[in-house]
Amino acid sequence: MTRRTFRGKVLPAGLTIGPVTLWLVFFVAVPLLYALVMSVCSIDGSYNIVYRFTAENYRRLLDASYMQIYGQSIFIAFLTTIICIVLAYPFSFLIARAAGRKKALLYMLVIIPFWTNSLIRIYGWKTFLGTGGWLNEALLALHVINAPVDFLFTRAATVLGMVYCLFPFMVLPLYTSIEKLDGTLLEASADLGATRAATFARVVLPLTAGGIFSGSIMVFIPCLGYFFVSNILGGGNSDVIGNLIERQFGKGNNWPLGAALSIVLIAITLLLVKLYQRCGGDMESFGA
Amino acid sequence: MEREKVIVELKNVNKVYGGSNHVVRDLNLEVYEGEFLTLLGSSGCGKTTTLRMIAGFEEPTGGTITVEGESVSEKEPFERDVNTVFQSYALFPHMTVFDNVAYGLRMKKTAKGEIKERVMHMLELVQLGGFERRYPSQLSGGQKQRVAIARALINRPKVLLLDEPLGALDLKLRKQMQMELKRLQRKLNITFIYVTHDQEEALTMSDRIAIMNEGVLEQVGTPTEIYEAPATRFVATFIGETNLFEGCVKETSAHHVSVVVESGELRCRAQGFEKGEMVAISVRPERMKYSAEPVEGYSVRARVKETVYVGSVLKAIVVLPNGNEIKIERLAGQKLPPDGEVYIYWDNGDGKLLHLMDQVFYRTIESVKLA
Repeated sequence: MTRRTFRGKVLPAGLTIGPVTLWLVFFVAVPLLYALVMSVCSIDGSYNIVYRFTAENYRRLLDASYMQIYGQSIFIAFLTTIICIVLAYPFSFLIARAAGRKKALLYMLVIIPFWTNSLIRIYGWKTFLGTGGWLNEALLALHVINAPVDFLFTRAATVLGMVYCLFPFMVLPLYTSIEKLDGTLLEASADLGATRAATFARVVLPLTAGGIFSGSIMVFIPCLGYFFVSNILGGGNSDVIGNLIERQFGKGNNWPLGAALSIVLIAITLLLVKLYQRCGGDMESFGA
Repeated sequence: MEREKVIVELKNVNKVYGGSNHVVRDLNLEVYEGEFLTLLGSSGCGKTTTLRMIAGFEEPTGGTITVEGESVSEKEPFERDVNTVFQSYALFPHMTVFDNVAYGLRMKKTAKGEIKERVMHMLELVQLGGFERRYPSQLSGGQKQRVAIARALINRPKVLLLDEPLGALDLKLRKQMQMELKRLQRKLNITFIYVTHDQEEALTMSDRIAIMNEGVLEQVGTPTEIYEAPATRFVATFIGETNLFEGCVKETSAHHVSVVVESGELRCRAQGFEKGEMVAISVRPERMKYSAEPVEGYSVRARVKETVYVGSVLKAIVVLPNGNEIKIERLAGQKLPPDGEVYIYWDNGDGKLLHLMDQVFYRTIESVKLA
């Protein structure tokens, strides 16, 4: 390890890593701790936080009405993840195997939408899908339909928005793992008598499984929380866990309950990442 | 050789990349059943491309490739009865040694019991018994190489293609693996087509060597033929050391040709040369002789520059009047020329006369026309 020096003197470690440490303490550790503390606090009759320990918030998470939303949220996240894998896999292959300008172009197609706020892009989808939107107008003009169809405020619309928002998070880790795949392994497989399908199943898929797994985590977890997508495109018909949390901090005005929900969501995330590492997963593929 | 059965045949095979990069030109080659044939040449000569075309990884731009008389042009790599040992080994990193070797059998839906038996037998054959549960990352370079060979041999291919398989090994291990490969090839009686740029490797292992240069097959022959009777100037200089005298044919008789070179006149036993043709005479250093007196038919004078002792051989460098240096080699214990002036000559059969206007020349003409 190199030691940072200033005028020949070795600087104390605390000083050199200071800025990063401060950043992490103020923006990660403190809020997390605050949420953790709040999640075991009570509220009084007028919904004010009372600093008195209770496990009630966690118990309430098991209410039947919440269960139904967890189920729905997990279903949406699962569907979104599957669709993302199916769409992103061939696309990532295309980027990884393309050369020069074509590769840069394909990569930009994934990156450029990042430069616009996702909220705005989801509103874009809303105007596109609405009863008076371009899609309906086009279908009417082509006489595919006779009356406008309500695409909006359905579970399908929510899934579409989720896939749209989270697609890049699937592409990047997949691309990284496919890029690392040695082309001669595919030749060796074909040479030994494997058809393209067999090569894919026995060589390509196992060797890119890490990318699929990390991509899935990066899609699945945010999908449980992206409440604005289900708000705008689902119109309250397809709430996700994120909507529940948002509501506790907004209309519901029950911050301790919202905090408990958040803590559980974070715990699930950590558990999944841990599981991924246990299975020999490579944290690098998250980096892309 | 006539009686031998042809197993792989390449007819007028060409490979052009991107419309202008001509990597393999009009290649005609017959590979006999059970032989060890080496494609030898420096990097970029088209030898690996040729191998990849036989394997099916590349498609010839023109010409046909047949295996056992059947054209393979329409066949995918997985449909071909040939297997490849890759330079980088290309072992599947997520599979054990056993699974790597069993891969080809599993693709053929072989019964489980038979797979086990054959894989274990094959691992014994390459001296890797007891390694079946290891992963490639837990093996040394030489062990990986053995797994790659075992994996390629498990399907009992008609032809095994080897692309510089020993390139990544150190010298000692390489020598050992050369012997082992040769032993395996004899034992299994499988045709080997071996690609290398190492001439010593080619000379020690091969039944026949095919020498390629800039996409053109220069000569095919046994190691002795290649060394003793090089067909082209390229082959003469590429394999071993040689002395070249370039000149012009002055006279031809039934069996002899006399050539005027810069430093005098030389006679060669040769046929099929025309008067006035540009030629080169190639004489190996160990065949070069010297004498204090002029020898009939040879009139090249030279001055001894230096003599060097290199262990088992002695080397002398003599300088011609035009400044060209000529190498003479003798086994230790034999005599080298004393300092001063000598006349150099050689036995009648030791000077190989070569056409200078060979394929390289015609290629130059071709490219001039294109330009």
